[in-house]
Amino acid sequence: MVATHIVESEAPMLDKKLDVNDQDANNLAEAETTNVDPAKKSTKITSEDIDVYYGEKQALFGINLDILENSVTSLIGPSGCGKSTYLRCINRMNDVIDICRVSGTIKIDGNDIYDPALDVVELRARIGMVFQKPNPFPKSIYDNIAYGPRIHGLTESKDELDELVESSLVKAGLWKEVKDRLAGPGTGLSGGQQQRLCIARAIATKPEVILMDEPCSALDPIATATIEELIDELRQNYTIVIVTHSMQQAARVSQRTAFFHLGKVIEEGETTQIFTNPQNEKTQDYITGRFG
Amino acid sequence: MTTEHIVTSYEDELASLDSKIAQMGGLTETLVAQAFDALCKGDVASANNVILDDAKIDEFELEIEEQAVTMIARRQPMALDLRQIMVAIKITSDLERIGDLGKNIAKRVLSIHSESQPIQLMHGMKSMQELALSQLKDVLDAYAERNTEKALAVWRGDEEIDAIYNSLFRELLTYMMEDPRNIGLCTHLLFCAKNLERIGDHTTNIAENVHYLVLGTNISEARPKGDNTSRMLINQDD
Repeated sequence: MVATHIVESEAPMLDKKLDVNDQDANNLAEAETTNVDPAKKSTKITSEDIDVYYGEKQALFGINLDILENSVTSLIGPSGCGKSTYLRCINRMNDVIDICRVSGTIKIDGNDIYDPALDVVELRARIGMVFQKPNPFPKSIYDNIAYGPRIHGLTESKDELDELVESSLVKAGLWKEVKDRLAGPGTGLSGGQQQRLCIARAIATKPEVILMDEPCSALDPIATATIEELIDELRQNYTIVIVTHSMQQAARVSQRTAFFHLGKVIEEGETTQIFTNPQNEKTQDYITGRFG
Repeated sequence: MTTEHIVTSYEDELASLDSKIAQMGGLTETLVAQAFDALCKGDVASANNVILDDAKIDEFELEIEEQAVTMIARRQPMALDLRQIMVAIKITSDLERIGDLGKNIAKRVLSIHSESQPIQLMHGMKSMQELALSQLKDVLDAYAERNTEKALAVWRGDEEIDAIYNSLFRELLTYMMEDPRNIGLCTHLLFCAKNLERIGDHTTNIAENVHYLVLGTNISEARPKGDNTSRMLINQDD
């Protein structure tokens, strides 16, 4: 007997003898309905002519990119190509860098996020972010999750907060592992668990978009597979943008891929197309390891 | 022209895949030519050699497949590289089948070497095998040169092989009806003709794979199908 894949979506592809009542079959049906045509999905985030300068140095040149709702978009490209800079424009993280200047328009659901009247704190509650290195607060597991809802005043009572902490941990696939040690320190978890804790923390403020900056680069393959499985589940309810250096990961988790090079989007399209038959030679050179 | 891989051993592996396919293709061409030559001359010794030579082609198939699997595991190929490795596996299996069909012609030589062959008919057979061989040669060139135009020409050219096969089929049936003593020889020759027609089909598969390898898309036209023999009957009064 072969053990099942951590990433469930891989199982039905390999196992054709499907029972309709089988969990895999349900997943397959689900995968088919959600994978058929990403073009049918509506656009969540639009970017028009985004230029970013760090002082005199221009980091992004006229980025035009649409991000589809309830799908995973990966941003790939060599180091320094601007993919993280672009990611950080989406929740206005670049605002905290003094010398950084952003021009152009980014709209989420049609609303300009660089509108001066907009509350940046509220914006960041709508757009969760997960970083390369798991960065739990030096607090208990419970308080790590409760932190956001508390400062944003999302819950009315202790019971409601308890529920939100539990549901966030369940969604991040961590509940079973930590439910008996919620008071224990978040930093006491393994790397993969810490990263899922950070994802749970991001989910707790009920965001619409989750940004991930190389979320698996500090994790072992098993923890990576768990996170990838989680990303696949989360896209049912969230719009996810992930920066990754692993081409295989981009190919595995995303429905759309954008290739950045020297501050520009060279090619953007369906992930399968990008990795089997990219239209731009630079894209091909990069993903096949011919760059330089 | 594509730039080279940063990892040179990967580049070497892809090059070695190409060179093995070229060698395997060369062997296959030779085998089909020798098999047909043995058929025309009724040369049993040469036919036996062909039968033994087919084993070399089978070995190549295993070797290329093994290398492709290892490369997938080690390199996790993408885009053009992924297509090259997938296409290598498919082309190899077509070449192996072509080798088998050539071997099958050689085996038939052992049964019919002493019979006298109808000259007119062998003429038709000969032009069919010449065409099949030149198609095979062209498609291997198209692969080596990554030339889609050449591959498309091969792909379109298969109809001509089918046309010769149709007329040979008709001719062979007529011979059999004229004199039942011809049935043994003609049945074997009919299979030889069918084998050449199948070689054409495998060559067409390779042409499709060359197109996919280079452009990442399948040939959009409908595949030309000229083999009508499955619907062919000859009445005694014809």
